[in-house]
Amino acid sequence: MSCVIKAENLGKSYGKFRALKGISFTINKGECFGFLGHNGAGKSTTMRMIYGLSTVDEGYLEVMGERIDPITPPRIKQIFGIVPQEDNLDPDLSVIENLEVYGGYFGISSKDARTYGKELLEFMGLADKVNVNVEMLSGGAKRRLVIARALINKPQVIILDEPTTGLDPQARRLVWQKLRRLKEDGVTMLLTTHYMEEAAQICDRIVIMNDGLILAVGSPEELVRQYVLPFVIEVRVSMEMLPSGINEKIEAIGGKAEYIVDSLFIFTKDGKRLWDKLNEIGLDHHVCYLRPANLEDVFLKLTGRRDEE
Amino acid sequence: MKTALGILKRHLIVFRRTLWSNTVFNALEPFLYLSAMGYGLGAYVQDIGGMSYIQFLAPGMVASAAMWAATFECTYSSFVRLHFQKTFHAMLAGPATVTDVVAGEVLFGIVKNVVFGIVILLVIAAMGQVQSVWSLLIPVFLIFPGAVFSLMALSYTGIIGHIDYLNYYITLVTTPMYLFAGVFFPIVSMPAWMQTLVWLNPLYHSVEVCRALVVGNVSMILWQHIASLALFAIVLGKVPGYFLKKRLIS
Ligand SMILES: Nc1ncnc2c1ncn2[C@@H]1O[C@H](COP(=O)(O)OP(=O)(O)OP(=O)(O)O)[C@@H](O)[C@H]1O
Ligand SMILES: [Mg+2]
Repeated sequence: MSCVIKAENLGKSYGKFRALKGISFTINKGECFGFLGHNGAGKSTTMRMIYGLSTVDEGYLEVMGERIDPITPPRIKQIFGIVPQEDNLDPDLSVIENLEVYGGYFGISSKDARTYGKELLEFMGLADKVNVNVEMLSGGAKRRLVIARALINKPQVIILDEPTTGLDPQARRLVWQKLRRLKEDGVTMLLTTHYMEEAAQICDRIVIMNDGLILAVGSPEELVRQYVLPFVIEVRVSMEMLPSGINEKIEAIGGKAEYIVDSLFIFTKDGKRLWDKLNEIGLDHHVCYLRPANLEDVFLKLTGRRDEE
Repeated sequence: MKTALGILKRHLIVFRRTLWSNTVFNALEPFLYLSAMGYGLGAYVQDIGGMSYIQFLAPGMVASAAMWAATFECTYSSFVRLHFQKTFHAMLAGPATVTDVVAGEVLFGIVKNVVFGIVILLVIAAMGQVQSVWSLLIPVFLIFPGAVFSLMALSYTGIIGHIDYLNYYITLVTTPMYLFAGVFFPIVSMPAWMQTLVWLNPLYHSVEVCRALVVGNVSMILWQHIASLALFAIVLGKVPGYFLKKRLIS
């Protein structure tokens, strides 16, 4: 079985509000599949339906070849590892007890859960916190513990809802490394994130969501290739300060103007050539910044004009 | 079932940590009641069915302390786990179902009912108020009222949206159950209609059985009390799950 999760026209309404308006995607075995989208786009709603905190009542969802109707059964959740968006560690318990107890829900003996739990804590850089009460942990340490907890049952599918929010750069890299290693072991991963770099680094394929719909799907490179030109010049001046008729001028020298969140981005095939011509169209080099286009540009381009609609 | 037991294990780990402070505190109140009312008020009360007042009161304290323990667990503590600590959400993200969560809570409510029943039983035994070896059956019997009190409390906890509403349950449900259960006075002193109504009070059945076992006055009628409790538990069985599902699954 190569397809682990399959959604067709999956929708979700809360009362009159349609949080998901019919999305379709397939996630293959061993793949890391990313969900990008603004706050409220419907990422967590999708995750919750997959891991059994929400019912599926519009459209079709299939997990491990089984139709979910209306809610993910325990035998499927048994092979899942979940990192919810909000930390819900057990504050009545110590760090290691959190792992022990959570393992217990899966039927793992205390002894095994503690042994493996210590390994996971070691890896997550929490080895010196084994017997600390979770209330005493820093925000980032809590997050890492939630990730460790999700791995206690050696899951085949891991669902990570903003796993690295609140982590410092080192810790974030630590998590990425662990996730890459899991991927090598054939674990399937679903990940939501607001960090484009994270998505570009570890996801094989990505969907970009907007207001409960999927706008684009593909590998990070594909998306960049498909939706933007290879280079971008960010123009860091306010809109009023731009020379008049700038759009036409940019067009004339072979660029493409995009306005994203009230600032000008010039996309182009040939960054260096356009850079040299900026003076001609009245843009000063020291307010401009040339770089290769990346996933963030795709994201902003596709979802950036949301508020103006 | 495996997961429900995993949840019970979680509660027991937490319980073990606070067992002593919990026990001492919970034993104190019935002890105060027994001393004040048993000895104090008892001096003015004539024998009740051949029992001294303190003798009459003591088994009622066993049953009612157990009720309070189970009730507090499945109201305030469960509410905190549900709304503030999101413990149930974490369980559900694991392999648990809402039924497992309910089972874990109720099993722990039963444990508390039994443990605090035993504690008070030891207190009254130390005060010389246990007459019969039949009392050894009390811990087993307390499973029945434990299930009923836990299911009742958890149902209410699932219905309400704000912790302040739990006070209503305590004041309007648990306290009246406590006062009109034949703990402090025999129910035959109440008007006839109230004596009928009292059959709906689970604590009444618990008190009757505990008293019979403590004094060794065992008869077939006890089965009626046990059957009533079992019936309540069956009727209430699915209620907490119904309301908690609405709270937990969106
Ligand atoms: N239980 C609920 N009841 C009502 N509305 C809800 C509920 N859960 C989510 N929503 C709404 O559904 C929409 C999608 O929410 P969701 O949590 O899926 O967004 P998200 O993409 O995860 O956003 P974020 O990046 O902020 O986490 C939001 O508008 C949210 O307010
Ligand atoms: Mg979210």
